[in-house]
Amino acid sequence: MTGVIKKTAAELGALIANREVSAVEVAREHLDRIAAVDDRVHAFLHVDTEGALAAAAAVDARIAAGEQLGPLAGVPIAVKDVLATRGVPTTAGSKILEGWRPPYDATLVERLRAAGTVMLGKTNMDEFAMGSSTEYSAYGPTFNPWDLARIPGGSGGGSAAALAAYEAPLSIGTDTGGSIRQPGAVTGTVGAKPTYGGTSRYGLLAFSSSLDTPGPCARTVEDTALLHAVIAGHDPRDSTSIDASVPDVVGAARLGATGDLTGVKVGLVREFSGEGAEPGVMSAFRETVEALTKLGAEVVEVSCPNFVYALPAYYLIAPSECSSNLARYDGVRFGLRVGDDGNRSLEEVMSMTREAGFGPEVKRRIIIGTYALSSGYYDAYYGQAQKVRTLITRDFTTAFEQVDVLVSPTTPFVAFELGSRTSDPYQMYLADLFTIPTNLYGGPAISVPCGLSEGLPVGFQVMAPTLGDDRMYRVAAAVESAVGTFAPPTL
Amino acid sequence: MAAISREEVAHLAHLSRLAVTEQELDVFAGQLDVILQAVARVGEVAAADIPPTSHSVPLVNVLREDVEQPCLTPAEALAGAPDAYEDRFRVPRILSEEE
Repeated sequence: MTGVIKKTAAELGALIANREVSAVEVAREHLDRIAAVDDRVHAFLHVDTEGALAAAAAVDARIAAGEQLGPLAGVPIAVKDVLATRGVPTTAGSKILEGWRPPYDATLVERLRAAGTVMLGKTNMDEFAMGSSTEYSAYGPTFNPWDLARIPGGSGGGSAAALAAYEAPLSIGTDTGGSIRQPGAVTGTVGAKPTYGGTSRYGLLAFSSSLDTPGPCARTVEDTALLHAVIAGHDPRDSTSIDASVPDVVGAARLGATGDLTGVKVGLVREFSGEGAEPGVMSAFRETVEALTKLGAEVVEVSCPNFVYALPAYYLIAPSECSSNLARYDGVRFGLRVGDDGNRSLEEVMSMTREAGFGPEVKRRIIIGTYALSSGYYDAYYGQAQKVRTLITRDFTTAFEQVDVLVSPTTPFVAFELGSRTSDPYQMYLADLFTIPTNLYGGPAISVPCGLSEGLPVGFQVMAPTLGDDRMYRVAAAVESAVGTFAPPTL
Repeated sequence: MAAISREEVAHLAHLSRLAVTEQELDVFAGQLDVILQAVARVGEVAAADIPPTSHSVPLVNVLREDVEQPCLTPAEALAGAPDAYEDRFRVPRILSEEE
């Protein structure tokens, strides 16, 4: 069967359930595609051919036995290498975990297996999810399928590029400051950060525990919602997991796809009026807002005065939590150990191991976090950043009393060229300007393609109140119905 | 805010158990200074009456009944260890000769 790789996950699920194509054939077509293009894209760090074919065969057997499976049974998926996968290498893009095979599955991975999805492998990422370009992977960068000289966004560049290169119809990312939405925007794919606590962090290699949120990525809003429904929901193994029912995101996406937004109030954030953003990005965004009014939405401007402090607050909170979380990589229980010659002390071995195992961005953030948490600076930095978090939450609360959703561009610029920002870390951090407020607040947000600027994709961000994930899908699907999807050049 | 010196970066690296190289110290001192100057803006806003938010959801202890459940075997737990000895993680010596 030809053309399998271009189909949506929803289409593939239906074809497999109706036995028009087998899950094994679908897995093979995707594995063949990976073999054909991934040396140029480098979306994957590990391809699990054997595991994928076995999982696909098991789905085919269950369907042959007459079992009714879920809508994504047999559909291939790629998983960001920051989620533990039993027996399958998991590195978080870091040398410190090279070759590590976790003895357990993350809750999300368990749920993906239970839903019958077929895991193709693990995708490339910035080391420990720190970065906005996937150039900080210890295993080399991922390349944007739209232009192989450009970055695919970060930190989940591999998960987004795998979709854009038709290597997988679905993938999983994690979003701490925009790492699902930002790669989605620059690769012309869809990425959703669910409500914090709406998806389990058990088995996620922690970067910043109060912000990390795993979520779904796909090429269409409906596929993203279908995957969201599989992975979301309470997990007693995660103390931050919210014990509430998951909103009907699939129904909301289908409602939005009808293109009717009558009665929906959409808010434009005054403070995101375009300063620091490329003109092409802003014009694609404004045209899309115009399209939403034609679908019946009422568009108003709202003020979120503290959003301008979100980036500085984030770049104190995230490194502070990272400096604590990454202390577990000490060469004792798993991963790399360097310098253990029988003469060196534990402390020396630990320092040498961490020096050899961590890359520059991780070291920078560990040092910043250590500084921000140190005596004498704690109140001025970390303490103040946490107060900013309160103010940003209040801004969102006030805004959502006036409107149903907030919208903005996802990123201030389209995909930049590899190497063009690595020497200036703060310039790189600006890529997350529009995505970070929602991480500090905890609400859901999605990026959906809304047009092209200089031939490269632009993302449209929809933000919703905590546990209002369904609203976000409705508006995102309406955007998609108005502007369509964007296919990258053929590789 | 005071600029961050090369010596201060070296001290922070030591606290973080990172054996950074001389070259890294030079690079980091400059970069961290730029980053810290930029993030210091958080000091412009929040007044004393603003409560801090550490987490967007209320944190509670998650407990379960004290009943034995299957868990990793010693072999599974040690499978990824750099060094093991008789079902235990083996670590380099903690005290030096004099201690």
